[in-house]
Amino acid sequence: MTARTLYEKIWDAHVIEQREDGTCLIYIDRHLVHEVTSPQAFEGLRLATRKVRRPDLTLAVADHNVPTTARVDSRGARLAIGDPRSAEQLAALEANVAEFKVPYIEATAAEQGIVHVVGPEQGFTLPGTTVVCGDSHTAAHGALGALAFGIGTSEVEHVLATQTLLLRPSKTMEVRVEGRLGFAVSAKDVILSIIGRLGAAGGTGFVIEYRGSTFRDMSIEARLTVANMSIEAGARSGLFAPDEKTFAYLKDRPMSPKGDAWLESVERWRTLHTDDGASFDSSLRLDASEIAPSVTWGTSPEDVLPITGTVPDPESFVDSSKQAAARKALDYMGLTPGTSLQDVTVEHIFIGSCTNSRIEDLRQAADVVRGRKINSAIKQALVVPGSGLVKRQAEAEGLDRIFTEAGFEWREPGCSMCLAMNPDKVPPQERCASTSNRNFVGRQGPGARTHLLSPAMAAAAAVTGRLTDVRELVK
Amino acid sequence: MKSVRLLHGPAYPLGRKNIDTDVIIGAEHLKTITRAGLGRHAFETIRREPGNVFDDPRFQGAPILIAGDNFGCGSSREHAAWALDDLGIRAVIAPSFSDIFSGNAFKNGIVAVVLDQPAVDRLLEVAAELPLTVDLETMTVTTPLQDRFHFHLDPFRRECLMGGLDEIGLTTASEPAIRAYEARTGI
Ligand code: SF4
Repeated sequence: MTARTLYEKIWDAHVIEQREDGTCLIYIDRHLVHEVTSPQAFEGLRLATRKVRRPDLTLAVADHNVPTTARVDSRGARLAIGDPRSAEQLAALEANVAEFKVPYIEATAAEQGIVHVVGPEQGFTLPGTTVVCGDSHTAAHGALGALAFGIGTSEVEHVLATQTLLLRPSKTMEVRVEGRLGFAVSAKDVILSIIGRLGAAGGTGFVIEYRGSTFRDMSIEARLTVANMSIEAGARSGLFAPDEKTFAYLKDRPMSPKGDAWLESVERWRTLHTDDGASFDSSLRLDASEIAPSVTWGTSPEDVLPITGTVPDPESFVDSSKQAAARKALDYMGLTPGTSLQDVTVEHIFIGSCTNSRIEDLRQAADVVRGRKINSAIKQALVVPGSGLVKRQAEAEGLDRIFTEAGFEWREPGCSMCLAMNPDKVPPQERCASTSNRNFVGRQGPGARTHLLSPAMAAAAAVTGRLTDVRELVK
Repeated sequence: MKSVRLLHGPAYPLGRKNIDTDVIIGAEHLKTITRAGLGRHAFETIRREPGNVFDDPRFQGAPILIAGDNFGCGSSREHAAWALDDLGIRAVIAPSFSDIFSGNAFKNGIVAVVLDQPAVDRLLEVAAELPLTVDLETMTVTTPLQDRFHFHLDPFRRECLMGGLDEIGLTTASEPAIRAYEARTGI
């Protein structure tokens, strides 16, 4: 048999039919559903009197809209959502899952959280499976060796009705990073640096496989951070070959296989790697030592620099459309070329989102904050765990107290300030050091200015009130 | 899906690169449970700029939009395609599109036309004054000044767009194959 990449192995195993023009009907093993991109899909089913073909392969949870303030009152009764339109969307999801018999994690359950935190945590996401969700950061699940990608609402409806999608194969890209990361350099810095190199569209049409010793040495949490942001380089999916760490992470999760089925699964998962001699359509190589704690300065994740850098001069870009984009970005961000990034003051801190809200992220931020106070210039500093289970674990470790004693707010799980859809927003023209994944115009609120960075860097910015090289704070 | 064969009319000469779906339709407007009515919230941040193309009377009701590289990047929200649809836009011309957006556009009968940067630059120039024609039959974009640019559409998508086909309906025809797959893999 010819040598194949990991992507090709998973793809081949899911082809039901191939059309003459190369379009394939692909089987979908896992479908995650949330409140924002599903109502019109369920409505479509209803109008065409179709059913959900495999509710058992589907899992729904609300995350985008739900406020991160208390969900139940002192007697444990559920509190109503203030915004009537958010409440309506949540009610629509609850009615739809009941009508179509889709498994659902209640908004008040301990297991509730951001869909991309919940999937791996529950063992719903497994190596070698195809995973979809009406959300572009579905790429995250690739950290476990699943072929995972975001889809639109019409495709959500297609999967609900048929458990399949019509797709054309993607091109393959190898992103190889070798070596040990420097002190206080995290997975977030690795993926931001990769996006800086590839550009926001550099991965369009590709599935990225992350290879090399740097990725092998990463924990599953760190891999989830990397795979999550594949889409910010334009790639719909990012993949990691599953290994012993993956198996250890998944063992005994509520929905992962048990007993003999577990042993058989692990046996099968061990074959999920790119064969020697298989070739990629494109490749990018980086040395871990080239990667520094990084921060974005503009309105695209590709606008990224080491924290030791200065705000670039738009004229320094070769391409004229990039020059124009940079001028607009700096105008929106209220930044002047030549300013040292470490002189940029911030008023808001957001530690959360499906990129950086897992236990390890919270531990890294807490290590910086421990025994310190947030700067008096900070107006709001939020820590939003990715799920109720992460929250409990963090509380058991005392991390919540480290944060609250420093002046952070400790919230209920959800998407929160990652996108301006629930009450957590950054006010116009104010600046946020954020561990989320998108610094787009208006993403965290109309006029809001976002700087993407790692949890440790966000914590450092909270302490000093400006973008800060975390290496100088925790020598 | 709406069918689309021939489009003729003004084109919004937007031209910018990396137009993300948050710019096309902000998150606040995703709290809807229907597909309709999103057009009036489309491109809100751009519409705050004086002299923007969307409020220019010359382009009112234009069926075509011309943009830069990586159009529709970011979030998978199909609300972006619904917003364009609601504005009456049936084709977007750009040097490249995000994968998810071009799929969403297609599902809503909106054609994502990929042309190289020089062609897009020329169309931006012409569109400031004159209407354009997008023809799916011949797969060309033409101008009254005799410009003629060929684009590629994959045959299946072209057929669906021209015929207004329902994909779920098509897939239902593969039900026996899907069932056989499930039986074979034990899913
Ligand atoms: S945390 Fe942000 S990026 Fe992740 S699913 Fe929620 S809104 Fe999307």
